[in-house]
Amino acid sequence: MHLKRRSFLGTMAAGAAALSAPAVLGQTRPRVVVVGGGSGGATAARYIARDSQGAIDVTLVEPTRSYYTCYFSNLYLGGFWDLADLGHSYGRLAARHGINVVHDWAVAVDRDAQTVTLAGGAVLPYDRLVLSPGIDFVDDSVPGWSVAAQNRMPHAYKAGSQTELLKAQVENMREGGTYCMIAPPNPYRCPPGPYERISMVAHVLKERNPTAKILIVDPKENFSKQGLFEEGWARHYPGMIERIGPDFGAGNTSVDPEAMTVNIDGMVEEVDVCNVIPAQKAGRIAELTGLTNEAGWAPVVPADMRSRMDDKVFVLGDASAQGDMPKSGFSANSQAKVAANAIRHELTDSRLFPARYANTCWSLIATDDGVKVGASYEPTEEKIATVEGFISQTGEDAELRRATYEESIGWYNGIVEDMFS
Amino acid sequence: MPERARQSWRALALLAGFGAVPALANGQIEAGAALWARECAACHALSPDAPPGIGPHLAGIIDRPAASVAGFAYSPALVEAGAAGLVWELPALDALIENPAGLLPGNRMGYAGIPDAMTRAGLLAFLESGAQTPESPTPEPEPEIELPPEVLALEGDREWGEYLAGECTTCHRRDGAAQGIPSITNWPEARFVTVMHAYRAGLRSHDGMQTVARRLMDEDIAALAAYFATIDQ
Repeated sequence: MHLKRRSFLGTMAAGAAALSAPAVLGQTRPRVVVVGGGSGGATAARYIARDSQGAIDVTLVEPTRSYYTCYFSNLYLGGFWDLADLGHSYGRLAARHGINVVHDWAVAVDRDAQTVTLAGGAVLPYDRLVLSPGIDFVDDSVPGWSVAAQNRMPHAYKAGSQTELLKAQVENMREGGTYCMIAPPNPYRCPPGPYERISMVAHVLKERNPTAKILIVDPKENFSKQGLFEEGWARHYPGMIERIGPDFGAGNTSVDPEAMTVNIDGMVEEVDVCNVIPAQKAGRIAELTGLTNEAGWAPVVPADMRSRMDDKVFVLGDASAQGDMPKSGFSANSQAKVAANAIRHELTDSRLFPARYANTCWSLIATDDGVKVGASYEPTEEKIATVEGFISQTGEDAELRRATYEESIGWYNGIVEDMFS
Repeated sequence: MPERARQSWRALALLAGFGAVPALANGQIEAGAALWARECAACHALSPDAPPGIGPHLAGIIDRPAASVAGFAYSPALVEAGAAGLVWELPALDALIENPAGLLPGNRMGYAGIPDAMTRAGLLAFLESGAQTPESPTPEPEPEIELPPEVLALEGDREWGEYLAGECTTCHRRDGAAQGIPSITNWPEARFVTVMHAYRAGLRSHDGMQTVARRLMDEDIAALAAYFATIDQ
């Protein structure tokens, strides 16, 4: 009885969705369901709907009504960006491109029946499925920490209320207190992100609380743009930042959220703010769909981002295991356009073009001190492989760093237009 | 500083207008002419009969209503300002050149601006003199790279260009608004092709753009040029 009611509700929801699209009765358009409305999913939905000009029925499933970008959320922490400017609505994707935007959680995928079940009970059939669910955290990767402790020790690695909380904690930290970050092991979302965050926290503390200390507990030997960050920290925030690497036991770290302590290989530190960024894996729906490997990520075909385990499903962005591209919003946006072209080709016989992938990650170290790292990529049989890369240099002059920062603002405005307009 | 800058411009404009200090005015005009050739002429012409450029021609720009060159595809920001009655009187033009994105957010002028008031004053004096004597010689921009005619004659595959443009539009906005990253919409194809070849050859210095350009074939560049030239169609 329960099942019947659920499937009835599902039919109703699907019917309502179909009515809102410019479909001709009796004519079935191919259906694409996109799960996740971030850089990968929003871009894929928009490009498929826009370029197919109504020939494909596109449904975008995303729980939140406003999407808060993780990129630039560090700048909000540092006081360089408004929270409101991180948020973007899905209104234009529905109004301009006829995308059915459904605010709900995808809770199950039946790959044989080719359907997605939503938490609200709706069942969405698909001809092609795009999963772009971002990341989830690996349980117990930092012993003592769990999502239940995220109000005491925020991760702030999915933007929104967590970012607000961390900002408030940093700004209200006691005078001369210690901000501690437990940095994540590879691979994780936004490789320079934790270190840009350190820069932004240091920027705030230098102004408000100059005797405060910053402690990074990092299980990695090296990190992204390390030379650039360390040069910038020495110049802008001398003596404030200390990093403990695996050589001093950072790989064996636990926390106690109640006591606000961090245990680094037996050495117990009392801290005032503790930003735990746990180890990561693909968003849960990828795992539930049976598309992930033992490391927790979804392997994809480098030529078009198709799951290696199901040729009707594409996995984009952070959740995918694709090779050399970093897990970034820029990468997800780039991958989405390749997948969108392949999906349109399969469903409407539009022209198929070879994959072109690119990425650039900008980071802000201090006021007007921007740096970047980027590369172009191409598919091989085995993986998406780097063709050629570039990175900012240490010792660059202030004018170039300022131009790089302004370029990052231009990029931000560009990518959100590319996703949501 | 901005207020002082404006005052010094007004003082200079007044003096130049009355011909009181011709030696200074002439020197300023020469400096302005050199600046024009270096920074402006790649996008703007001084003759109303010049072939279409990236930006509108600036013949008679002083006191011209904004967004008033017939046939030029202005950004919505400029069209709106023109409709609201913006006229390029000297103080308005001075403010635009100081910070194009700051004065009119969303406009397509991919130019960072000139913070120095005296430098702007020279440019404005040059524009004003050009407006008064249209037959005055216009400095030609240096060609960035010499391309064989067959490369410039390549007809771009627009659909391929639209697909390739996905790599561009992560940063360069499709609506053409420029803020930190230049607008690349509605450029004449030959100009687009020349610029991309200059990046590919390393004659233009931007590491990101060089990386993008180095994996583009001649046909890819032509395709992108064809798409961005007609993006509003």
